Amino acid sequence: MNKVVKNVEEALVGIEDRMTLMIGGFGLCGIPENSIAELVKKGTKNLTCISNNAGVDDFGLGLLLQTKQIKKMISSYVGENDEFERQMLSGELEVDLIPQGSLAERCRAGGAGIPAFFTPAGYGTEVAEGKEVRIYNGKPHILEEALTADFAIVKAWKGDTEGNLVFKATAMNFNPMMAMAGKITIAEVEELVPAGQLDPNHIHTPGIFVQRIFQGEKFEKRIEQRTVRKR
Amino acid sequence: MLDKTGIAKRIAQELQDGWYVNLGIGIPTLVANYIPEGIEVEFQSENGVLGMGPFPFEGEEDADLINAGKQTITVREGASFFDSATSFAMIRGQHVQLTVLGAMEVSQNGDIANWKIPGKMVKGMGGAMDLVASADNIIVAMMHSNKAGESKILKECTLPLTGVGCVKKVVTELAVLEIKDGKFHLIERAPGVSVEEIIAKTEGDLVVPEFVPEMQL
Repeated sequence: MNKVVKNVEEALVGIEDRMTLMIGGFGLCGIPENSIAELVKKGTKNLTCISNNAGVDDFGLGLLLQTKQIKKMISSYVGENDEFERQMLSGELEVDLIPQGSLAERCRAGGAGIPAFFTPAGYGTEVAEGKEVRIYNGKPHILEEALTADFAIVKAWKGDTEGNLVFKATAMNFNPMMAMAGKITIAEVEELVPAGQLDPNHIHTPGIFVQRIFQGEKFEKRIEQRTVRKR
Repeated sequence: MLDKTGIAKRIAQELQDGWYVNLGIGIPTLVANYIPEGIEVEFQSENGVLGMGPFPFEGEEDADLINAGKQTITVREGASFFDSATSFAMIRGQHVQLTVLGAMEVSQNGDIANWKIPGKMVKGMGGAMDLVASADNIIVAMMHSNKAGESKILKECTLPLTGVGCVKKVVTELAVLEIKDGKFHLIERAPGVSVEEIIAKTEGDLVVPEFVPEMQL
């Protein structure tokens, strides 16, 4: 089944105000930067974004915060983004902070048809407020519910026309689970190849989870913390 | 008194051969530089890598290869990459033997706070809540008191908690403390630091044995 769309504009058709989006990436690593730029251009508003981070002030999802297109963020870590912290503390932005492992598993569960699960993470903290507690193996666990989204937007290294995806290094992060949890999943890839070019043994995300795929026009791939050692 | 490097060196002495270890941001990251000779450990970073190596040489940074602190890294031979759900399966499933992380406050029953100061600072918990809720072996690397000189080793945490009853050991610039039976136990003191100073800077209940050895670094 051919999943290829012409370009980013066509890929994002149907994303409307007040929708819930999952956006792959960890920090600025493995984010769908072409799609984010297009969302800024489209001006879609009152979005709920599920993403581990919110980028930095002038890149990644930070761009959508600058333009106030996001109404609510569901994330685990928002440091390194002054505008995010300002909007959150002032109450302009609704924020649901959840443990990173719970976020990953909630997306995975959403895509896997598991409506909820128990985890020890967050027991006894603010995160547990209002959530059912059960003891398993002598230890308290809290009930976390699955997450799904109207659209999931992920970024992969390589993809084929069938929507099969291969990620590179730590740019994989949340992308595979989010691809599973989107009602419509859009994949932007660095390199789009004909079906048959990717080794089926090495596919990370099978094409069944991807509805639209396109090759991104350019990838800046900004580095957040450049750390090096001397030769 | 120890500097940050000293705290990292002392924690590195806790490493055991064959362990998989998760190091948090800040002082914990430095622990990787002081692995005792003759033992092999592998570092896990929760953003999806096992087998982290040193920072890359200048010009060899790869935007797709970072650690949980978003720093560019390299990997050692035998490394592997995986998604975030698999990464936290390793953590929750207790396949990682040691977690080292920083804290703003620790209490005598093992509670830890490190993600939020209400009304002032919110960075988020990241993977810390998953890590502390699941790890059997947690060492906290932190300063004994804050900039105002107030103890961060407390009877009860005042800040929003990251986890309850989970911390077993704390290494500060002054001391190594163990937490058991709802109290801090003084295990070692830093070079040149007196037991009196540690007592004075510890707000929580502290059990002090007759003889407190000095750390060997």
